[in-house]
Formats: sequence, C-alpha cells, structure tokens
Amino acid sequence: MKFISLKNCYKVYPNGVTALADINLEIQKGEFVFIIGPTGCGKSTLMKLLYREEKPTKGNVIVGGINVEKLRNRKVYKLRRKLGIIFQNFRLLPKQTVYENVAFPLSSNGIKDTEIRPKVLKALELVGLKDKIKSFPDQLSGGEQQRVCIARAIVNEPKLLLCDEPTGNLDPDVSKEIMGVIDSINKKLGTTIVMVTHDDQIVNRMKKRVITMDNGVVTSDVMKGKYKKHESN
Amino acid sequence: MKAIRVFVRSFKEAFKSVFRNFSLSAASVACTTITLILVSIAILVSYNIKNVTEKLENELTIVVYLEREATKDQAENLKKTIENIPNVEKVTYKSKDEWKFEMQNYSSTLNSTLSYLKENPLLDSYAVKVKDAKYLRKTADTIKEQEIVRSAEYGEGTVDKLVSVFDLIKRVTVVIVIALVLVTAFLINNTIKIAIFSRRSEIEIMRFVGSSNYAIKLPFVFEGLFLGIIGSIIPIIVTIYGYLIAYSKLNGHIFSRMIELVKPFSFVLYVSLILVTIGAVVGFFSSYRAVRKYLKV
Repeated sequence: MKFISLKNCYKVYPNGVTALADINLEIQKGEFVFIIGPTGCGKSTLMKLLYREEKPTKGNVIVGGINVEKLRNRKVYKLRRKLGIIFQNFRLLPKQTVYENVAFPLSSNGIKDTEIRPKVLKALELVGLKDKIKSFPDQLSGGEQQRVCIARAIVNEPKLLLCDEPTGNLDPDVSKEIMGVIDSINKKLGTTIVMVTHDDQIVNRMKKRVITMDNGVVTSDVMKGKYKKHESN
Repeated sequence: MKAIRVFVRSFKEAFKSVFRNFSLSAASVACTTITLILVSIAILVSYNIKNVTEKLENELTIVVYLEREATKDQAENLKKTIENIPNVEKVTYKSKDEWKFEMQNYSSTLNSTLSYLKENPLLDSYAVKVKDAKYLRKTADTIKEQEIVRSAEYGEGTVDKLVSVFDLIKRVTVVIVIALVLVTAFLINNTIKIAIFSRRSEIEIMRFVGSSNYAIKLPFVFEGLFLGIIGSIIPIIVTIYGYLIAYSKLNGHIFSRMIELVKPFSFVLYVSLILVTIGAVVGFFSSYRAVRKYLKV
C-alpha cells in the first residue's frame, strides 16, 4: 500500500532556481528509504514538500492520503500531526525539560495529561532516555538530544518519520546508535521512514532502498536487497 | 474539551515561561513599569487640573439686577424665563434687603451710609449659575434682552480670558495623556516584539510538531498579558502611595484653599485600574501581533 506519492513534481524557487524537476516517486507503507545526493541536489526540498514547508510549483504530492499542495497554511498542522520530523540540529525547546519536549506534540494538541504520561514514557524508553526526563536539553550530549528529538517525533505514533540528516552532527559511534533506534522504530512500530543523509557508511550498512538525486532529479532508485555499495563522489 | 485543555495548558505554560525567560521578561516588565509610571503621573496631574478648572468655572455666576419698578409677578416670570435658557443650571433670588443686610455686615462705613438713607438704594437680583462656562457671555446676553432686567454681569473680560485659558489647559493635558499612552503602547509593543523575535525558533518547532496556530498563539498571548499586568504592579503602588503621601503633605490643596486636590479615594483606585488595563491590553495585543508575524497564516 503506498503511503507517499509524488507525480511530476517541480519546485522552482522565487529566485528562479529549479530545486526539483519532474520527480515521480512512490513509497510504500512501512518502507525504510534513504535519499542521498550531493549538497544542493534537492533532497532537502523534497523533504520540505513532504512535510509541507514548501508547496510544489507543479505536480501532485500525496502523503498519508492528504493532498499536500492543496493544504492551506492554517491547516498544515493536520498533516504534521500524522508525521514525525527529526532534524540535524535537534530543534528542541531549550527552556523545557526532556519530558515536556517529548510531551509537547500531545499537550499542545489538548490531549489529557493522564494519556500523555504513558505515551511519553514509552517513547523515552524506546530511545533509552527514561532516566533523563527532568533534564533540560543543554544538559544532554548531542546523541541524547537527538534521541529526545526522536522520542518527540514518535510520541504521536506517526505513520511516517521524516529524518533530515539526523546523524549529521554526531560522531560515528553515536550515529550508529541513533540508526539502531530509528531502525527499531521501523521494525517494531511499522513506521514508514524517509531519511536524507550524507553518511555513506550508514547507507551501506543498513541495506535499504536508496534514492539518489542530482541536480533536482532522481538519478537512481535502488530497491531494498538489490543494493550495491554506494560511494560518495 | 480539547480547546479548553489547550487553553488551560497555555495559561500554565505562559506563567512558567515568564520565569524561564527571566531576562526578557524583566526587560519587558521594566519598560512597562517606567512608561506606566509616566502615564500615571500624567493622569494624576491632568485630572487635578481638570478638577480645579471645573470647580473654578462652577463658581462663575451671572448676577442679574432687576429694574426698580419690577413687580413680584414680573420677577417670577423672569425667573422662569431664565431657568428655561438651556445653559442655565440654577437661579437664586436675592432681594435688595438681603443685599443691604449683607453689606451692612461687611463694613461699618457701608453700614452707616445705608442706615442714613431712608430708602434702600439697592436692587433685587438673581444669581444665575451656568452649566458650561464657555457660553457664559451668550447666556448673559440672552438674559440682558429680557424686560425688567437692568443688567446681567459676570465680570466680562477677565472671566472670558480665564475661561479660555482653562479650556486650553484642559485640552493640552488631555493631549499629553493620550500621547503618553500611545508612546507607552509603542514601547511595550516593541519590547515584546523583541522578546518574541528571540523565541521565533520556538514557534517554528511548535509548527513542526503539529501545533495549530491557536495552540501556538495562546501561550504567547497569555505571556504578554502577564507581563503587562506584572509591569503595572509597581506603577500602581507608586500611584496609590505617592498620591496619598502628596495629598497628606499638602493638606489636600496647592498654593491656596482655592486649588483643592482630588480626594485620594476612590480616585487612585480608578487610576490603578486604568494602568492595569493599559498594561494588560497592550501586552496582549503586542504579543498577538508579534506571534502572528512568525506564523504562516
């Protein structure tokens, strides 16, 4: 069952730069997909289309049954509640504790405190941070902060997890740990995962579907299993 | 139910946030405090000026002297006619005998002179109080046109000037108060805008995790409201104690008994209410507008 579908998608920025040209993609429910490519190839723009930070200039984007390009700014939160986003720079609320950060998507949505607590604890347990719930982000290491970010992204039990270079700021050992957490989310919860990365080691080790982009177009789309070792240019 | 929970949560969050972003809150509160103290002083002074000028204006009276040959009926009719003039508030009759008695008591020379005369040389009169001193001349002129009126005097010239000066003072003080309130609003607005600017990444994160615009705006709006209210606490204390102390030190009047100060209660309470309202309303709308800027609405 397909969860994400892009048809003839173009994105031209107001300054005239064509970030995406004629992108056609389908991602199935429960799939784990890497998007790789050199800097400026359009992979981040593609991610932005998926969480509706940008609208396609032309074409059609459907995420989890929602027609993204027709979604009005005011209604974007409806899409965002269905997905989790993980960023390279974590983007945690600095003045809130780990618990409050993870609880945030639920509490700001008006969920009852009694329902929030077990969900937050479950998410923190999954990322292995249950003992740090009272810490503030600046008291955590980079790897721990990223795990808080993952916990926040999955606390809503989203069907889709978008990861924009989640290991970009982390050392190889911690990256491996984080990838382990994300992989287990994919396997245990059946969450669809789309990950943009620069890290060849991760891509080579994980052996998942790999979409390669260059100059705003998809240059290769290698399905899981048919994978060959990727080498950076 | 959900909306109510979001509302309650926002309220709590806003309260926490005031303390967690202490330096920014302190800057906003300090700015609000200083400007509101200025507003308070302007209100206290201008209201006192207004009060004094109005009191003095109320003292202004037109004295209408009747012709000697006027009959009692004619005098009664005249009273009714004067009372029917729109600007007239009160008409009081004073007979020539009352005048004589008053004058005799005033000085011994007048007493002996008046006693010497067989007939009372004075005239019956009406003291006319007006509603609006601005139209004093017009009212006096209308009265003069009536029959059996010998004269209608109100101290032309001096009084006319006095009234126009009072009018000018009142206008100027109102303009000063309004200008200060606007400046206050502008300053508080800018401080809160800067405070929210430094937290725009927070707003962005809220958007990423799927908070609705309502859920994002509410905590900031409450925070602005709290900052405004907290910022008005010191001005209110300064207003109440400052005015009470000033009032008692000056024994309730400045220069002479003519210029009485407004009684502290419930005047200071009204001023306090104005201050807290300005703080709250400006805080509320400033943060509302600032957050809106960072939401893609």
